[in-house]
Amino acid sequence: MPERRKVVIVGSGPAGLTAAIYAARAQLEPLVIEGEPSSNSDQPGGQLMLTTEVENYPGFVDGVMGPELMGIMRNQAIRFGAELRTAKVSRLDLSSPSPFPVWVGDPEAAEPTVEADALIIAMGARSLMLGCPNEERLLGYGVSTCATCDGFFFRENHIAVAGGGDSALEEALFLTRFASKVTVIHRRSELRASKIMQERAFKNPKIEFLWDSVIVDVLGDTKVSGVKVKHTKSSETFELPVTGLFVAIGHEPNSALLKGQLDLEENGYVRTVGRSSRTSVDGVFACGDVQDHIYRQAITSAGSGCMAAIDAEHWLEERGE
Amino acid sequence: MSEKIVTLSDATFDEHVKSSDVPVLVDFWAEWCGPCKMISPVLEEIAEEQAGKLQIGKLNIDDNLEVTRRFDVMSIPTLILFKNGEPEVRLIGAKPKGQLLQEIAEYL
Repeated sequence: MPERRKVVIVGSGPAGLTAAIYAARAQLEPLVIEGEPSSNSDQPGGQLMLTTEVENYPGFVDGVMGPELMGIMRNQAIRFGAELRTAKVSRLDLSSPSPFPVWVGDPEAAEPTVEADALIIAMGARSLMLGCPNEERLLGYGVSTCATCDGFFFRENHIAVAGGGDSALEEALFLTRFASKVTVIHRRSELRASKIMQERAFKNPKIEFLWDSVIVDVLGDTKVSGVKVKHTKSSETFELPVTGLFVAIGHEPNSALLKGQLDLEENGYVRTVGRSSRTSVDGVFACGDVQDHIYRQAITSAGSGCMAAIDAEHWLEERGE
Repeated sequence: MSEKIVTLSDATFDEHVKSSDVPVLVDFWAEWCGPCKMISPVLEEIAEEQAGKLQIGKLNIDDNLEVTRRFDVMSIPTLILFKNGEPEVRLIGAKPKGQLLQEIAEYL
């Protein structure tokens, strides 16, 4: 018999861990399936594990390091009795009413690992890659998605950053600690990033911008020697000699396991009902970046995690459990 | 840290890796790298479980630039498996334990 839990939370970013804190305090003994080590945002702790200083999370006057913040939230969830399992969900079955079978490990196993009365989906989002021919081959050899991990290796080098949002500028600013020059390559003529980040980037003498430009390929034999850039208006292409390329062009939701099982938006984000965390499946709740393509902040994510735990608690109460 | 894990440096790297009777899996890491911290407990477990078959070595890249550059490490964590002193396989980025063991299995 698979293990039976009142609440299973899939994911352990700010949404999943806040849901865990609230569910644990409601004595629902939640199980958090937190993910496995990786160098992407699907790791335990989520996207904040790949950032440095978080300056806009309320309560931290002087800012806090992303991984430290997630460590604190994790400990807070454990303190109230949440159980965290370092594993990755491989399959979910939402075709029959609650309890919902959840698989960890072999998705073909006859018996699920655990069955959840209420399920909280907090699987987050991950960085998009450019998708150009040599990007994957050179990942780890100059192509990176983690400035905090790899910036060190580009001391006094010229680096390119792809993207125009907050995360692109955050990477660019961080990389100026090491690089001699950082070129931000953005496909539009203006940035999506917040005003404060734009101001900082424009003021930094090491950062320059290539507007209306897209990277069409990454160059280099055994390591990156440049990027091929196309100007979107003139269609001209040219080569920019850089030794590193950091990709921060946006995110996509980690909703692949849910496809065809509950209502998703056209862009793949989970659809929630009204001002709640309820999904199209009774007993399944969603929170954090897997259902939010508008705000995508640590604090909104945490807030929606709290909503999901409260919604799940009410739902369980109504069922008389 | 597990007693079964050896700390390597620019000075001791060659001696250790070349004289080892078993393959050495070297973890290029740094204090400031989140994913490095995450695989640390995984490596501890592997060191205990594979004792006698595999040696795990840790090389702090901040303090040991010579070896880091020699093997063109440009992303951490990077794990390189050395057999008879020669690099056999390179794993870039943090990975779950199962996947890690699978990728080095044929060299053990």
